Amino acid sequence: MTPVLRLLLQRLAISVLVLVGVSILIFFIARIVPGDPARIALGPNASQAQVDALREARHLNDPIVVQYGWFLRDLLHGDLGTSLYTKRPVTQDIATYFPATLELVLYAGAMMILLGLPLGRLAARFQRRWPDHMARLISVIAVCTPAFVWGVVLQLTFAYIWPIFPLEGRLSNGIDAPPLITGFYTIDALLNGQVATFFDALYHMILPATALALSGIGQTARLTRSSMIETYRKPFIDMSRAYGFREDRISRRFAFWPSLIPTLTIVGLDFAAMLANAFLVERVFVWPGLSRYGVEVILRKDLDAIVGVVLVIAAMFLVTNLIVDLIVSIINPRIRLAERKAKA
Amino acid sequence: MAVLTIRDLQLGFRKGRQTAQVLHGISLHVNAGEKVALVGESGSGKSVTAQLALGRLQQQRGTLASGAIEVVGHDLIAAPEKMAPERGHRVTMIFQDPTSALNPVFRIGDIFSEVLRSGGRKVTDAQARDRALKALAEVHIPDPARALDSYPFQLSGGMNQRVMIAMALANEPELLLADEPGTALDVTVQAQTLRLMDDLVTQKGTAVLFISHNLSVVREFADRVYVIYRGKIVEHGRTDQLFADPRHPYTRALLSAAPRLVGGGLPDLPDHSDAFRDPLIVHPGCGEPHEVTA
Amino acid sequence: MSAKAPSVAWTEFRSNPISILGLVLVIFCIALAVLADFITPYPAHVGPIGDFTAINQAPSAAHWFGTDTIGRDLLTRIVYGFRLSLLMAVLVLSISMPVGVILGLFAGYLGGWVEFVLMRLTDIFLAIPPLVLAMAIMGFLPATLTNAMLAVTVMWWPWYTRLVYNVVRSEAREGYVLAAEVIGASPLHIMFREILPNCAPSVLTKLTLDIGFVVLMVSSLSFLGLGVQPPTPDLGSMVADGAKYMPDAWWLSIFPALAIMVLVLGFNLLGDGLREAFDAEV
Repeated sequence: MTPVLRLLLQRLAISVLVLVGVSILIFFIARIVPGDPARIALGPNASQAQVDALREARHLNDPIVVQYGWFLRDLLHGDLGTSLYTKRPVTQDIATYFPATLELVLYAGAMMILLGLPLGRLAARFQRRWPDHMARLISVIAVCTPAFVWGVVLQLTFAYIWPIFPLEGRLSNGIDAPPLITGFYTIDALLNGQVATFFDALYHMILPATALALSGIGQTARLTRSSMIETYRKPFIDMSRAYGFREDRISRRFAFWPSLIPTLTIVGLDFAAMLANAFLVERVFVWPGLSRYGVEVILRKDLDAIVGVVLVIAAMFLVTNLIVDLIVSIINPRIRLAERKAKA
Repeated sequence: MAVLTIRDLQLGFRKGRQTAQVLHGISLHVNAGEKVALVGESGSGKSVTAQLALGRLQQQRGTLASGAIEVVGHDLIAAPEKMAPERGHRVTMIFQDPTSALNPVFRIGDIFSEVLRSGGRKVTDAQARDRALKALAEVHIPDPARALDSYPFQLSGGMNQRVMIAMALANEPELLLADEPGTALDVTVQAQTLRLMDDLVTQKGTAVLFISHNLSVVREFADRVYVIYRGKIVEHGRTDQLFADPRHPYTRALLSAAPRLVGGGLPDLPDHSDAFRDPLIVHPGCGEPHEVTA
Repeated sequence: MSAKAPSVAWTEFRSNPISILGLVLVIFCIALAVLADFITPYPAHVGPIGDFTAINQAPSAAHWFGTDTIGRDLLTRIVYGFRLSLLMAVLVLSISMPVGVILGLFAGYLGGWVEFVLMRLTDIFLAIPPLVLAMAIMGFLPATLTNAMLAVTVMWWPWYTRLVYNVVRSEAREGYVLAAEVIGASPLHIMFREILPNCAPSVLTKLTLDIGFVVLMVSSLSFLGLGVQPPTPDLGSMVADGAKYMPDAWWLSIFPALAIMVLVLGFNLLGDGLREAFDAEV
C-alpha cells in the first residue's frame, strides 16, 4: 500500500467517525429542545390521536438512545426521514436543491484559488511595495465583509445601476433548465450541446459566485502571502538567488510550491466555509439552492429536514478536507515518499 | 589578474533614522585561481562581504555601500544589477548547511537544471541531465542518476554537500564564494567534502573566497588569509606567514582559542580587548594590487 | 516560545500605521455604541415608531443616511445597531472564551482520556461550518435575540479549546513548567498560574479578531431572519429588509452593510496588529 493511500484511508476512517459524532450531536440537540416534534409537525388543529399515531410511527416514545439507533438504521438505508414542509423524503429534497448550491460553491472555489493564490504571490514578491499594500488592502476588506453584504453591493452596482448582469436566479426567463444529468446547469447544458443555455447559466453565475468567493479570495491571498514571506526567508531561496534563478521563476515555482503545502489545508477550510456562506448569497440572488430549503425548514421546525441538511453539509466539509489532504500529500514529497525513506 | 577586488569598502544599514555601520573600509582581493580565506567571528562582517560580491545586498533598500567592488570585471557599486546574469555562472556559492540550501519540494535534477539554465541560458532537458550526471560523477556520488531523481531530504548531509559542490562548479565559475561551507555537517564529513572541494577547484583553477570563523579549517585550504574584526581587516598574509608568525593581538587570540580539530562549533572566542583595535598588519609581499601600483 | 514584554509589543504595535487605524476604528465604534443615547439625532427611532411625515427619504442634512420605510432615521438605528452587535459579541465571548480556554487547558495538560474526549468533541463541532451549526440550533429554538446568542456561544467555544490546547502542548515541555512540577506544585496551580499567563497573548489576539467575527456571524443569522427580530435595530436584518427596496431606496441596505464592514474591519486590523506585535499564534 502506498503511503498516500494509507494516509487517505486513515483520514477517511477519522472522517466517518467525526460524521457519526456530528449525527449524534445534531440528533440529540434536535431531541432535547422543548416541544413535541409530532405536535409541531401536525399543527395545532390535529387531534391527540393523530399526534399519538405519529409519535408511535416515528418511535418518539422510545428512549432517546433507542431513537438514535432507529435514526442510524434509517440513515444507513439512505433514509433521512420525511420533510414536514414538502412532505417528501428529505434525501429527495436534498438531491433536488443541493446541486445548485454545490455548483455555486465550486465556481466560487475556483475563483478563490485562481485569484487568491496569484494575489498572495504578488503581494509576497513585492513585499512592502505598492502591489503588496494594494493586495493587503483588498484582502482585508474582502475578509471583513460578510458574503451577503458583497451580494447586496454587487447586485446594486452591476445589476441595478449598470445592468450588466442578471439580477437573480440561475437562468433567464424563457430558457429551460437543461435535461438533468449532474444538476449543474453549466455542465448539463454542455453535455447536451445547449451552448446558449450554458452561457446563460454562466452569466447568472458570475455575480453570486463573486459575492461568495470574495472573502475566500482575501483569506487565500493573506495566507499565501504570509506563507510565501516565510518561505522567502529560507536558505534554499537564498541559494536560488545566489545561483541567479530569475525572480519570477522563484516566485512562481521555487518559493510558491513549498508555500502551498501549509496554505492549502486552511484554504480547504475556507472552501468548506463557503457552503455556509452560500446560504447568505443564495438569499440575495434568489438562488434555488439548499439555502431556501434550509431556512424554510428551520423556520418551520422541520426536524428531520434540519438534521439532514446539517449532515449533508458536514459530509461535504469532510469530503473537501479529504480532497485537500490528497492534494497536499501529492504535492509534498515528504508524505508521498515517506515509505521509500523509511527503507533507505 | 584579480577576479575579486574590494577597495576601501564601507557598508551601513539604514533603519529609520539610524545607520548601523558594518564594514569600516575594508580592502581585499582574490586573484584568478587563488584560494583566499576571510576569517572572523560572527558579526564581523565576513558574510555580508560575500553577499556584496554577489551584487545582492547593494540592491536592497536601506543598504549604504561605498568604495569599490569589482567582481569578474563588473563594478558592483555603480551597477550591481550587471551581476545578475553572472550569478550561478562566473560566480557561484556554497552554503553552511547543504540540506537546507536545497529546495525540499523539488528533485535534485530539477534544481540542477535550473542552475544550468540560470541567467536565461538555453539548455535542453537532455543536455541538462547529461551535464548534471557528469558533474555529480566528478564529486564521487555513487549513483548519479538516482541522486538526480531524489529529493534533498532523501540524501545524507554529506551527499547534499557533494551535490552543492557539483552545482557550484558545473558552470565552470571563475570565483567560488564558500560561506562557512559545511559547518552544519558532522566534523569528519565536513573535512571530507572540504578536501573534495579543494581538489576540484585546484584542478579546475577556480578562485575561492573562503569565509570561516575557524582558523584551523582555513590552514589546510587557503593560500592567503585576511583576518577581519568588527568590520575591519586586522591582519593579512600568506597562510604560512600568518600561522608561523601571527602578529595582530586578535589573530593570536583567535589562534589560541581555535580547537585543534577541523570543524567543530564556534570556538570560545576571546572577549573584546582594546588591543584588537590595533591597526592592520600586512605581511611582506601581500599588499593590495592598487597599493602596489600606486 | 515565550511571550514578549508588553512594552516591546507596544512599540512594535505603534510602529504599524494599519494597526493604529484598527485601534482608532475600534475606539470610534465603541464610543458610538456607548454614547448612542447622547449623540444620535433621533434616539426615539430605535423602537417601532418613526416619523410618518418623513418616510423613505434619501440622505440629507437632517438624515445623513436617509430614513426607512416608516420614517426612522437610519443613522440613529445604525448607531444602536453597533451597540447591540458589540453587546452581543461581548456576551457571547465572555461565556464561550472562558469555557473554551479552561477545556483547552485540561485537554492539553492532563492528556489521557480527558484529552481524547475533549479534542474529539472539538473535532465534531469544528466539522460543521459555524454558520450552519448556529442555524441548526436556531432551527430547534424560537428565533429570539437570546437564542441567537446562545446558538453562537454553543458553537464558538471549540475554537478556544483548540487554540489553548495547541499552546499548552508546546508550553508543557518548557523549563518553567518542569520546574513547577519538580517542586510539587498542584496540576491546577500549574495550569492556571504557570501556563495560562503564557496563553494570554494568543487568547487576547483571537478575542479581538473574534469580536469582529461574532458580529459577522450574528448579523448573518439576522440577515437570514433567524436572529434578532424587529423592531430591535440590528445591522444584519436592516440589510435584509433594505434589500427589498433596491435600487430606489439603496441607502436602506448599503449604509448598514458599510457599518458592519467598518466594525469588523476595525477589530480585524487591531487583531492583526496584536498578532504581529505579540508574535502570537492564532
